[in-house]
Amino acid sequence: MPFGNTHNQLKMKYSAAQEYPDLSKHNNHMAKVLTEELYAQLRDKTTPSGFTLDDVIQTGVDNPGHPFIMTVGCVAGDEETYEVFKDLLDPVIEDRHGGYKPSDTHKTDLNPDHLKGGDDLDPDYVLSSRVRTGRSIRGFCLPPHCSRGERRAVEDLAVEGLGSLDGDLKGKYYALKNMTDEEQQQLIDDHFLFDKPVSPLLLASGMARDWPDARGIWHNDNKTFLVWVNEEDHLRVISMQKGGNMKEVFNRFCTGLTKIESLFKEKGHEFMWNEHLGYVLTCPSNLGTGLRAGVHVKLPCLSKHEKFGEILKKLRLQKRGTGGVDTAAVGGVFDISNADRLGFSEVELVQMVVDGVKLLVEMEKRLEKGQSIDELMPAQK
Amino acid sequence: MASTFTRVLSRKRTVGILSLAGAGSLATGYLINKDKVHASVKSNRRMYPASAEYPDLRKHNNCMASHLTPAIYAALIDKATPSGFTLDQCIQTGVDNPGHPFIKTVGMVAGDEESYQVFAELFNPVIKERHNGYDPQIMRHPTDLDASKIRSGVFDERYVLSSRVRTGRSIRGLALPPACTRAERREVERVVADALSGLKEDLLGRYYSLADMTEKEQQQLIDDHFLFDKPISPLLTCSGMARDWPDARGIWHNNEKTFLVWVNEEDHTRVISMEKGGNMKRVFERFCKGLKEVERLIKEKGWEFMWNERLGYVLTCPSNLGTGLRAGVHINLPQLSKDPRFSKILDNLRLQKRGTGGVDTAAVGSTFDISNLDRLGKSEVELVQTVIDGVNYLVECEKRLEKGQDIKIPPAPGQIK
Repeated sequence: MPFGNTHNQLKMKYSAAQEYPDLSKHNNHMAKVLTEELYAQLRDKTTPSGFTLDDVIQTGVDNPGHPFIMTVGCVAGDEETYEVFKDLLDPVIEDRHGGYKPSDTHKTDLNPDHLKGGDDLDPDYVLSSRVRTGRSIRGFCLPPHCSRGERRAVEDLAVEGLGSLDGDLKGKYYALKNMTDEEQQQLIDDHFLFDKPVSPLLLASGMARDWPDARGIWHNDNKTFLVWVNEEDHLRVISMQKGGNMKEVFNRFCTGLTKIESLFKEKGHEFMWNEHLGYVLTCPSNLGTGLRAGVHVKLPCLSKHEKFGEILKKLRLQKRGTGGVDTAAVGGVFDISNADRLGFSEVELVQMVVDGVKLLVEMEKRLEKGQSIDELMPAQK
Repeated sequence: MASTFTRVLSRKRTVGILSLAGAGSLATGYLINKDKVHASVKSNRRMYPASAEYPDLRKHNNCMASHLTPAIYAALIDKATPSGFTLDQCIQTGVDNPGHPFIKTVGMVAGDEESYQVFAELFNPVIKERHNGYDPQIMRHPTDLDASKIRSGVFDERYVLSSRVRTGRSIRGLALPPACTRAERREVERVVADALSGLKEDLLGRYYSLADMTEKEQQQLIDDHFLFDKPISPLLTCSGMARDWPDARGIWHNNEKTFLVWVNEEDHTRVISMEKGGNMKRVFERFCKGLKEVERLIKEKGWEFMWNERLGYVLTCPSNLGTGLRAGVHINLPQLSKDPRFSKILDNLRLQKRGTGGVDTAAVGSTFDISNLDRLGKSEVELVQTVIDGVNYLVECEKRLEKGQDIKIPPAPGQIK
């Protein structure tokens, strides 16, 4: 809930000890970092738009986490959050992003020509290929904190920008609240429709307020380029198609993003970006590239191999079920994607996925034939 | 009477609040003196005009949506209560939960006592609609916890399985669940648990903090049907009242398990008196005794309940203003429940039926939860008497139908005058 700053000042009449949350049973990045001393140090600060420490951490306080899965436990309400609360967020970022230091710089590379190969993943195994990222519009508060007016302004800008796309990117916007039953069913059948979040991780941050006001889905006529407006971030941009031609998917991804960015700039708006954190998004886990490039791939033999987890780790890849994050694999089909977001460029991450998946498919083929895969074991990337 | 009371108590309350461990002295705006409530604290950020911020309520069916015009929104959007609670926060739950075509929810909450004044332009019509025409600007709410006035009140246990009375109380000077900080919520817990530990005799009992409960204690509370869990209803979670769960939440009950207090669930406290069987009179006697004792104990420490003569006891949801009282029975009515006149009879008796799982549940078999419809504008004694008279009437109807005799729909009462 976006409380005003008067509310934060009122808390100052209580001591830090009285306000400090009970994190004794918590297992998330925020809880690991936020000592009572740090809480005392940061509690009277606020970003220019009024986002406070308690706003940042509410989701992590309300969701203690899981013994096996380490969630982030904090969100940003605006671009300045990452600066004002850096004493909390820098260590969280370092822990979450493999040792990324406050002094490190992040490379952005959206030139698809830099990708080697990627157009020949075996379609008998690789069922579909997808790249997604997020973008935030500078000057507007992020979903946990934005007012209805701001959220609508973000939607207006997005719709205007996307409306100018042409060629194979030409498409249409469907506002969630105005959708006809027929449109809704079509979007469900295409697996494009997103629904009001139910995860308490998201709800506790306040990002689902006023649903479905100013939320919507834009996609091109070919159904290969899709933008979500005002879900967990201002924009989520997705390029996808059936089969294993990741190169084509990434081409379209980069072309589309670059076009959208220039359309925004023409109207005097830019994306939130800086050379330390790359693209700035709501959740610290999505900083940098905010990029998840992945495939749905059949690995029934390999997934049962005792070294499957280790192989993925070496390749800097992660597995999920085909329903997305927090789902289980069905029928030996896995969602395999890059584990990293920050500290590697877009091209580097997609290259890791392309090279890694190629190797995994090779291993699968060997195991099918009853051969060993020992000599194919990769080194740590 | 009430204003002398308030003056005497404000002095004591100052002592109570300054006794809070913590830096500095209290902002003077915090002392409750109705004439000096500041409605004009400016909320700190708005870059868009009210028209750009006005929620889209076209598909909504709740009391807030029925009364929040763009003009009222524009008039109130720059205001905040002294603790910083804003209109957008009051209405968030109603914006997020459009409602149901058949069930009209309230759609707004208070963050503190001052919300009802600062945002009166919206709260008043909502209160009027929800409470059967009660107008807070001109009417006064009667409080009466003198259980000796109750007539009859022991039901036929062949029909009435259990009897229960509940209400809520808020601690003046501390923000309500949608707005409270962690420290305020912990302070509510401390004040209430401290007072309850002073109860004696048949009210002697024990506090179980949700965060510190052992598995055994938890199982026992579940078996007793006492344990409340983190709310999942979006009506509640969207208001912000479930933040920091389970910090500073707990359950207190007496050893006899007939008097129960919930701490920091939907309100600062929910107070429940209950027993198996049909002795509603005794349930209400214990209810009044317990409430008065708790009030006496918190006053000793310089605290008081939120109360005023316009709205009675002040609670988070406007639907619970006045008495905040729901007196009810679990009653078995196999014949009457099949009669097509059942609903009309209940309406005219100013009673409401629910399933035995509580609000939003369906009846199992022919056993219903029957309770008073009204909360504000009638005293506790009046409402409990209404339930007693009504339940007696229902039992009479059931007995008549059993014998094949006909029943009559009782006359309808008038609106609140």
